[in-house]
Amino acid sequence: MAINRESNGYTILFAVIMVTFVGGILAFLATALKPAQEANVRNEKMQNILQAIGIEELNDVSRKEAGAKFNDYVIERITLNFKGEVIKRTTNSDSIKDVKDAFNINLLKQYKTIASKKERDYPLFVCEANGEKFYVIPVLGKGLWAAVWGYIGLKSDGTTVNGAVFDHKSETPGLGAEISKPDFEKQFIGKSFEEDGSYAPIKVLKPGLEKDNHEVDGISGGTFTSVGVEEMLERTIEVYYDYFKNNK
Amino acid sequence: MSEVAKREPLFSKKNKKLITDPLNDTNPVTIQVLGICSALAVTVQMSNAIVMSISVMAVLILGNVIVSLLRNLIPGKIRIIVQLVIVAALVIIVDQVLKAYVYDVSKQLSVFVGLIITNCIIMGRLEAFALGNKPWASALDGLGNGIGYGVVLVIVAFFKELLGSGKLMGFDIIPESFYEFGYMNNGLMLLPPSSLVIVAIYIWIQKSRNPKLIEN
Repeated sequence: MAINRESNGYTILFAVIMVTFVGGILAFLATALKPAQEANVRNEKMQNILQAIGIEELNDVSRKEAGAKFNDYVIERITLNFKGEVIKRTTNSDSIKDVKDAFNINLLKQYKTIASKKERDYPLFVCEANGEKFYVIPVLGKGLWAAVWGYIGLKSDGTTVNGAVFDHKSETPGLGAEISKPDFEKQFIGKSFEEDGSYAPIKVLKPGLEKDNHEVDGISGGTFTSVGVEEMLERTIEVYYDYFKNNK
Repeated sequence: MSEVAKREPLFSKKNKKLITDPLNDTNPVTIQVLGICSALAVTVQMSNAIVMSISVMAVLILGNVIVSLLRNLIPGKIRIIVQLVIVAALVIIVDQVLKAYVYDVSKQLSVFVGLIITNCIIMGRLEAFALGNKPWASALDGLGNGIGYGVVLVIVAFFKELLGSGKLMGFDIIPESFYEFGYMNNGLMLLPPSSLVIVAIYIWIQKSRNPKLIEN
């Protein structure tokens, strides 16, 4: 070949062409795949919310179905402030567009960028199934390695748990990661956030101890994750407790 | 290199060796000690290990072929960076495609897909093989090394998942009655250090059975 592969000019030319070419491909791909990726994330959130309601017909709802069924069950989306006051209310006939719409509130982003819990927004999903009212509350906190989060479904009294779904970014498999298993999640059903008319957070204790109405078994070997779950529940549910109390 | 008058058959003896050697004599993980990091991290569950192996294999084969096609064009001075760009682009493509079409798998692998870029096997094979060989041979080399890597990963994951959580591919294997007699899953098996132990035992067995590998 006639070109001198070792010359500076050729090296620079090669680099420029390569970077432009690769950059172009990646930009095209990212744009082309974005709608599918966003739909996945959105449908997963809807799936989690529906599963958290805690009624049998929705326990095994798939991610694909969730997108279609969401509006059948979730009748209202409410955004609260720290005092439990409503700052935005949308219903299932409104499309999910507004940044303050409860569905669009990104708890992880808030957790990272807004240091004071008093300034964060608190989304609430009002659901209706089989003539009964349910509430679903998203929660998010810190595990051992990264974020842990979940959705808590409450009965119409706003204090008794009817379903719970937890997930995590990168907890240790077999240890902290067990929080996303049904064995852990099912324990919450029937537990209560109220005792004698005031707020009583649910505690995640060492496994094997006697449990009352506000306590569940933690994960052995997953202490930090269990503490994280307890902390996020205690911190978040309190806000909603005030809301339910004032809106009875 | 002088041109061979008659075309080499696709699966000549030499080409077959490209696939079989990395399984034993030149195994990337146990003999060349490359890609150890991911062998420690993604082997807690067999399903993860399998998907990771397939992803690495895909990137390795494609990377090898692309570098091999460009081997007469890549300027020597920046060849490592060129290889890095090619691998990084491939990994991002794999990651984006997984996110769009197999969302559940991509969630499980999360950061590990990105870490394929840092898998030394890939850079090692590009530099050592693809840069000096034809595309077809490079593809076979990628396939061989990908399988060699995958085999070790799956074997390590087999023991870690079985002993660590009593499951294989997510199904319970150890019967409930064992637990009632006081059997317990070994939590250490779920953590990275146990992979080192398993890989070491693997190397021990491999070397004791293969006289070619004995060092002086």
